[in-house]
Amino acid sequence: MIDRRDLLKGAGLAALLSGVGATRVLAEDSVTLPFANGERPLVKYPQKRPMIGLTSRPPQLETPFGVFNDGVITPNNAFFVRYHLAALPYNLDPDKFTLEVKGKVDKPLKLSLKDIRKLKATEIVAVNQCSGNSRGFFEPRVAGGQLGNGAMGNARWRGVPLKTVLEMAGIQSGAKQVTFNGMDGPVVDKTPDFVKALDVDHAMNGEVMLAYGMNGEDLPFLNGFPLRLIVPGYYGTYWVKHLNEITVIDTVFDGFWMKSAYRIPDTPNNAVEPGTAPKATIPINRFTVRSFITSVSDGAKLKAGTAMLRGIAFDGGSGIKQVAVSTDGGQTWTDAKLGKDLGKYSFREWKLPVKLAAGAHELKVRATSNAGETQPETPRWNPAGYLRNVVESVRVTAA
Amino acid sequence: MQRTSFLRVTLAVGLGCVAGTPISLKAAPVNYKVPQETAAFKPGPDLAVVQGNCTACHSSDYIKTQPPMKNKKEFWQAEVTKMIKVYGAPVDEADVGKIVDYLATTY
Repeated sequence: MIDRRDLLKGAGLAALLSGVGATRVLAEDSVTLPFANGERPLVKYPQKRPMIGLTSRPPQLETPFGVFNDGVITPNNAFFVRYHLAALPYNLDPDKFTLEVKGKVDKPLKLSLKDIRKLKATEIVAVNQCSGNSRGFFEPRVAGGQLGNGAMGNARWRGVPLKTVLEMAGIQSGAKQVTFNGMDGPVVDKTPDFVKALDVDHAMNGEVMLAYGMNGEDLPFLNGFPLRLIVPGYYGTYWVKHLNEITVIDTVFDGFWMKSAYRIPDTPNNAVEPGTAPKATIPINRFTVRSFITSVSDGAKLKAGTAMLRGIAFDGGSGIKQVAVSTDGGQTWTDAKLGKDLGKYSFREWKLPVKLAAGAHELKVRATSNAGETQPETPRWNPAGYLRNVVESVRVTAA
Repeated sequence: MQRTSFLRVTLAVGLGCVAGTPISLKAAPVNYKVPQETAAFKPGPDLAVVQGNCTACHSSDYIKTQPPMKNKKEFWQAEVTKMIKVYGAPVDEADVGKIVDYLATTY
């Protein structure tokens, strides 16, 4: 926590940082995301490969999109990073780390990492996607983190079902929600701390997990080391990092990050007329269904003839039923072959050989979930820039 | 003496925060080091006021990466109001107009 005097000291520091002597040592290279003001540095953080730098304090890093063509599991060192508040627990000691479980429980708990690792472990492959993924493509544009499509990733998470720990503590009758707080916090004490909530039934569904492992390794620091919440099928805002405080409550949590932020319109498609405000909102929840072509990028030049197209699809937890591809701008569609099923919360690979005559082609991909949800032809709009899942197009030229 | 420090170095390397750390209990604080912050505000009117009020909580790239809006003044007024009202930024009343003007003319 800081006071005004510290703020003024900060001004001096910032003046130093902005001095002419400062060199851009971070920027090894840069990329331009395909929307206005989309220039971004590629930045190198410990435990990470060069990532698209959105902000530096707190750090926000986007995965370069080419990574998604390397495989359906996103490597830890390429996994996106999103924080809200700049006081990060950079020097946390895993030996002293404790997870507290309290509130409306019979037996409050304080668990060390060792205690948690002694419990029966489970694994789940699940996509984590930032609520604001693809916000930069919204038209009209909206305020917030201007992300391309790289604020998502798919990993094999290892840990303990949240249910196990809540049962150890014993949820009391009348409990309504469970709140989750991590060790990252605000710089000034008036900023609302980042705390999220799930209904008790959701928290107890056996799938929501306290994860310490990611793709066979410890969680990278910037992805929530040593413990984070995994909420399969739900947007990343619920996946609280550096998780050390779980509270069972008998009310509906009214903290800022649930009551005011991360809200979507309470309309049939969670959309409103572009540029307008919704009358009523609800907390953001499950992912919309999405699919991407990963093997070719927009503007690519290909050899005329047969090309193998490849990509990924995912949804909010029913699993992918079908992926269809068009090479003529959406006039005709052909079903792609789905790859290995790693579970209903995972990226699902798809492949399709297509014939491309010499000339320009607009490639499109459209997924349908087992729940019957499919991707719209025109983008839905909401003021916070959430839920984007329009059918994606890639323009290529064959010669 | 020499032997002790050699062992310490080996231990430190073995437990280091390198990518690909297998699941294990670490025996030391993380001490994660972020790269030096190089993002800086563009020159403009009342730059010092902006630096003094904004940089305590976030880096300047939060501003630089915002989209080009049609009504810049309205957009930045709303953002500054949000920082004060929602996130509790301790901004003096007299500075609000200066910050909005700087942002609207510089970004």
